[in-house]
Amino acid sequence: MRHEIRFSGFGGQGIILSAVILGRAAVMYDNKHAVQTQVYGPEARGGASMSAVIIDEEPIFFPKVTMPDIYVIMSQEGFEKYGAGAPEDAVMVLDSSLVHSRPKCTCYEIPATREAKQVLGRDIVANIVMLGALVRVTGIVSEAALEKAILDSVPKGTEALNIKAMKKGIELAATAGSKP
Amino acid sequence: MTFEDWFRTDRLPHIYCAGCGNGTIINCTLAAIDQMSWKKEETVFISGIGCSSRAPGYIVTDSLHTTHGRALAFATGVKMANPALNVVIFTGDGDLAAIGGNHFIHACRRNIDLTVVCMNNQIYGMTGGQGSPTTPKGCLSTTTPYGCSEPPFDLCELAIAAGANYVARWTSYHVKELEKAVRAGLETPGFSFIEAMTQCPTNFGRRNKFKQVADQVDYLKTHGVLRAKRERMIEQGEKIPEDLFVIGELMRRNRPAMGVKP
Amino acid sequence: MTKLEFWQGNTACAEGALAAGCRFFGCYPITPSTEVAEHMAVKLPKKNGIFIQMEDEIASMAAIIGASWTGMRAMTATSGPGFSLMMENIGFAAMTETPCVIVNIQRGGPSTGQPTMAAQGDMMQCRFGSHGDYSVIALCPASVQEMYELTARAFDLADQYRVPVFLMADEIIGHMRERITIPDKVAQTPRRELEKGVLPFQPDAQLIPGFATFGKGYGVHVTGLTHDEQGYPCTTNPKVHAALVQRLVDKIENARTAIADYDVVNPDAEQVFVAYGAPVRTVRQVLHDNPRANIGLLQLRTVWPFPEHALTIFKHAKVFLVPELNLGQIAREIDRHVKVPVVSLPKLGGDLHTPSDLVAALEAHK
Repeated sequence: MRHEIRFSGFGGQGIILSAVILGRAAVMYDNKHAVQTQVYGPEARGGASMSAVIIDEEPIFFPKVTMPDIYVIMSQEGFEKYGAGAPEDAVMVLDSSLVHSRPKCTCYEIPATREAKQVLGRDIVANIVMLGALVRVTGIVSEAALEKAILDSVPKGTEALNIKAMKKGIELAATAGSKP
Repeated sequence: MTFEDWFRTDRLPHIYCAGCGNGTIINCTLAAIDQMSWKKEETVFISGIGCSSRAPGYIVTDSLHTTHGRALAFATGVKMANPALNVVIFTGDGDLAAIGGNHFIHACRRNIDLTVVCMNNQIYGMTGGQGSPTTPKGCLSTTTPYGCSEPPFDLCELAIAAGANYVARWTSYHVKELEKAVRAGLETPGFSFIEAMTQCPTNFGRRNKFKQVADQVDYLKTHGVLRAKRERMIEQGEKIPEDLFVIGELMRRNRPAMGVKP
Repeated sequence: MTKLEFWQGNTACAEGALAAGCRFFGCYPITPSTEVAEHMAVKLPKKNGIFIQMEDEIASMAAIIGASWTGMRAMTATSGPGFSLMMENIGFAAMTETPCVIVNIQRGGPSTGQPTMAAQGDMMQCRFGSHGDYSVIALCPASVQEMYELTARAFDLADQYRVPVFLMADEIIGHMRERITIPDKVAQTPRRELEKGVLPFQPDAQLIPGFATFGKGYGVHVTGLTHDEQGYPCTTNPKVHAALVQRLVDKIENARTAIADYDVVNPDAEQVFVAYGAPVRTVRQVLHDNPRANIGLLQLRTVWPFPEHALTIFKHAKVFLVPELNLGQIAREIDRHVKVPVVSLPKLGGDLHTPSDLVAALEAHK
């Protein structure tokens, strides 16, 4: 079954890397198909960044995301631009430390940036916290696949920190509960 | 061997006008190359477009006669891909300094191991005598019918500023000096630039009061001033006439170079 | 043995080139092709290859031609504005029969246009963009897998036919990441070297001369001027010029069947899509979603020389529908070869045709 996952936040949060890691997990370790795309704006930092992954057991033909069923939102501007229109049957995982709006759809509030900063000591891994939470609530890829894809993708020397961040996300999602 | 052994005899006679200085410059270049004990199969001549750029067609080695202004970019590809080759470029003032100006400064900056011989006749000869970036102020050409109003480029200053390892300027009159300068350029690792001021009787001399070929050669002889002499004149507070140009070896240094033979 | 990867199209392009033995890459950065250059910059030095960032695209094209004459497999990658700048030296490569590969990750034009958005607006420029008559080969990938495979094949075609070969990709395929299976090894057919005693531009039966690599003692003269079989300039003899230009065209056009690479789906269909590059993906989605419908697809992986014989496979075709990210450049070419209506389905702006766009077109042209 085709799932379309949209990630949004601000430039510099690792929104694109998140999508790449998720796609990689699906293809390399869960033997699925994935297509990852992103919006390339002229700005290198800041602004509302967006990337997307399509994951399917079957080969993927049309490569563009049209109606995402899963959202990962990490900034207020990203919510307004790319998350606010989420349909009611979608699932959204949002960084409750940065996004104050809430969608109509099922929503998991994950204080990823706050936890990354206060508990893990580096807010840069907030996107990995979100990935952990995403996988926990959707099962879109296996936790083992996600872990391997994270290890493939993060800079040398930061592996332990990133795995801790992923586990933190899984833990936060387990207790977050869904709203509404 | 002599320089004559480097000619494609089946291509002669050449297209140059009677009295043209390009043949002199080609002879000086080949004489210098002949002293290098280079093998013909290890040597490549490259050029762009213009009278100067026809030279490789008369030389027996592998040769690449490219598009206008781009000889140095093609040469960069040849030399970087096979640094064992000796690569020499013939170019002119229009080819090198106008359409090819960007490639010129970047080849100097990279200090790539090429030797460039520029036949500067201060005019577009092949297309019938249009003004070039080295046409002196006030000179007549078909596109400067009221006298050239733009200041000319000093190609040697440009090469030095951009980073070339070896820079010299001589004229078609100074054949021995020119040959020695080309040889020094060939021996220098990195980018070598030898500018040869030369006469174009058909398209420059005719319009600019050089009735005979010898008049323009004589002008080149009397208006080229050695660097040391020019510096002496400055020291002594002498006024240097605007139409004098510096000749001699103007730069020899050892900046790191690219594409040097292993 | 193969290897699974999750790669971006531009990465697959660079890796396909490396696997095909490309060891010289000259470039100038331009969106959306830059990742090809960045990947080559990392990889080539480790393979004793040369990566050089030139001062502009004119110089990039010149440098790869120069490198090719030393016997190297050489490539550049660019997009719209850079592609325009390369045109004069592309003509030089065609005239001097220099094997080289030019990657164009197409973006929206004209001019600076849409640097980060997809288009297919350079299909005619790639065929006719330099002055004078000549023929080239152009390949169009529709997946990351094809980015790899077609880039690798481009080098063999360039060497075999001694011609510039274009990988005419688009921003969508260049930038997306997807699953790709990498073969252990890519077969390479080397360039045919000139035999001693044969003139350097004397053609064989396939109208292609042997290659006189620089540094091997051939003493070859290579010029963009009209030249005889010796390679010497010969600019005022009408017969020499006519014969040379005709041969440059014929050596490619006569080989169109051998060069052709396409995929046929539902050859008995009455409504047939003809597509290349990213729009192929939408057509395949429509075919997948409507398995019972009588819809055909001709996917062109080779666009130039145009494989017109492939159109005749669809004997029951009543209409050819041609979705392109331009105003109908290849639709017009198809129209020259068939008697049934050809419907251009242009899409400008950078977005891909959606499946519903194409379903609507099927309805409208029943």
